[in-house]
Amino acid sequence: MILADITISEAAAIGLVIATIQFATLLYLAALGETIAERAGVLNLGVEGMMAVGAVTGYIAGAVSGSPWIGLLVGALGGALLASIHAFVAVGLGADQVVSGLALTILGLGLADYIGADYTGDSRRAWFADVDIPVLTDIPWVGETIFAATPVTYLAALLGVSTWFVLNRTAIGLGIRAAGESASTADAAGHSVARIRAGAVVVGGAFAGMSGAYLTNTLVGTSWSQGVTAGRGWIAVALVIFGAWRPGRVALGALLFGFTLALQLRLSGFGIDFSPILMSMAPFLMTIIVLIFISYRARNKPSPAPAAIGIPYRREER
Amino acid sequence: MKQRLLLVLSILLSFTLITAACGDDESTDTADPVDNGDSGDSGDGGDGGDDGDGDGDECSRTGTVAAPVKPDDTTSEVDASGVTAAFVYLTDPGDAGWTWAHNRGAEQAAAATGATLLTVDNIAEGSPEFEQSVRDFIADGANAVFATSFGYMDAMETLSGEFPDVDFFHATGFKANDTNFGNYFGRVYQARYLTGLAAGAASASGNIGYVAAFPIPEVIRGINAFTLGVREANPDATVTVNWTSTWFDPAVEGEAAQALLDGGADVLAMHQDSTAAGERAEAACARWVSYNSDMSEFAPNAYLASAIWNWGAYYADAIESVADGSFAGGGNWPGMETGLVQIGSLADDVSDATRTLIDERSAAMIDGSWDPFTGPINDQDGNLVIADGDVPPDFGADEEGRSLLDQNWFVEGVIGSAGG
Repeated sequence: MILADITISEAAAIGLVIATIQFATLLYLAALGETIAERAGVLNLGVEGMMAVGAVTGYIAGAVSGSPWIGLLVGALGGALLASIHAFVAVGLGADQVVSGLALTILGLGLADYIGADYTGDSRRAWFADVDIPVLTDIPWVGETIFAATPVTYLAALLGVSTWFVLNRTAIGLGIRAAGESASTADAAGHSVARIRAGAVVVGGAFAGMSGAYLTNTLVGTSWSQGVTAGRGWIAVALVIFGAWRPGRVALGALLFGFTLALQLRLSGFGIDFSPILMSMAPFLMTIIVLIFISYRARNKPSPAPAAIGIPYRREER
Repeated sequence: MKQRLLLVLSILLSFTLITAACGDDESTDTADPVDNGDSGDSGDGGDGGDDGDGDGDECSRTGTVAAPVKPDDTTSEVDASGVTAAFVYLTDPGDAGWTWAHNRGAEQAAAATGATLLTVDNIAEGSPEFEQSVRDFIADGANAVFATSFGYMDAMETLSGEFPDVDFFHATGFKANDTNFGNYFGRVYQARYLTGLAAGAASASGNIGYVAAFPIPEVIRGINAFTLGVREANPDATVTVNWTSTWFDPAVEGEAAQALLDGGADVLAMHQDSTAAGERAEAACARWVSYNSDMSEFAPNAYLASAIWNWGAYYADAIESVADGSFAGGGNWPGMETGLVQIGSLADDVSDATRTLIDERSAAMIDGSWDPFTGPINDQDGNLVIADGDVPPDFGADEEGRSLLDQNWFVEGVIGSAGG
């Protein structure tokens, strides 16, 4: 590595922050959805598939209607529809959540290719533009970065706060957390475990679908193409663990991960000459290091994971 | 207290969102391509005043989309109706890049020669499915097998020994025999050189960016040839390489392009299958050289030139060699003379002088009198690597790594590391 003359222009620094926020938005939406499902006790490994379906349906709806908002909405619907399969199989029938989730990823990726076959290479676009907030956008630095994001970034932040609020400050949230910690207790307290879990899975799917629609309609700004999600759904699953199942910490994780993704592509531009292959490992290396750090710090504390995660609930067997 | 604070915060955020939703923020360009110069969120967010020739968000240039060059349908004099050609693909032809180009070529060649075409998609490299699908094809009467990904190489070698009456063609590999097993690829670096001429002439700042895939000889050779073209047209210009370690990941490729634009690049070239770099160049009022196919319609203002493949021409020749029994394995690395590699359409503002230069160099490569890697050529550090008048060999154990197929060093004018 050569650290001889590091030069970071203002434009490059601003670009770094913008890219961080964009990647973080993408990851956060999907990870937040997975957080909701897992807090209710359902592991859904189908995030990658739901993102892909959201990406293709969101792209088509956006391109055909010309409105990125319609794209986002249809992407959310697509993700939710696919998630409802997991809800039916894993919650309704009590099947193994890992198997059902993996099947959902495979199904989702295949389905997305099938739906999108005719739209590959389409040059139509429906972009979210940067929000222009009076006064705030004019602040140097902050205005050019944080207050110049697309509406989806603000939506993601809003959904993060709302999720925190619902989970921790409402009766529904108590029901969700109870279903995730001890389903029989939730049942005894009068909650319908099946309904809560299915609902959480479907909402989680809608979030992942939105993330996919953001990917095609704004982040990459290209048409649908096979493999566009490129494994980011799996990163979202890891982020939930990383963030200890808490919406706020998951947001920090998404920002950190977004930062390493963005930095990886900019190091050489800052005059840091480093092996490109090693550089592309940076985000994953960072994940491992932080996970080790977190688990070391929490070594004497109980696991932050929902206790009933992955365990199907059948009333007769309690 | 905490709860109330959060409520206030969420209301504030909702308000922001509603303002955003109702405001004049939606920009769509479903029909009007000229409009998308300032509608990409990401590019104009990071312009910071260095977006090439642009001033602010309004690009001064409005490109007229010339008819994109799509490789012509191939014609053939030979009746190859006795040939059944089987193609094995790594991905779906819907990937719009590599497999798409091969499949299009296969269909054109089959139509031209009258050969029967069999294809299979999504066969993983090194998987048992590869051998199984080839055996199935041969059982169904295939007498020519085309495998279009590097990792099929060893299985192709085994199968070619087992089925001496079937001809095996392997793309991008290096193994062959002298009877029925050969490898093939194209000298796309020749077209890269020509696009470099256009890029060098178009760059006002002399700062050109290259969104590169993996640090392997194929990619390095492309960067070198492009840079030689750039510096022929613009001797002081430099080409900055940003590696993505991807073949197709638009999110990463777009960001890598943005990083180069933020660093002041006013022309971008790329190697991957996505159009993401072009979209960022379009949003930043910069220019773009595309690869694989003529992608002018995706970024009409930014698009400058392209290095493109025409597999139909090669596959028709290959099928003919099967039909007349002339195929005898070996390595096959054709260039512009066969039409396998071409330069796509040029933007309307490419000057006549540049067009003339491109035509001259193109003609010299087609008649075989000249190659972009003709010396003298210095490496990145200024050391003379290819002596005056020398042309490096295609293959061969050459200790300095000069042979074209294992080129692992950058020419003078490239900024970045060629090492893995």
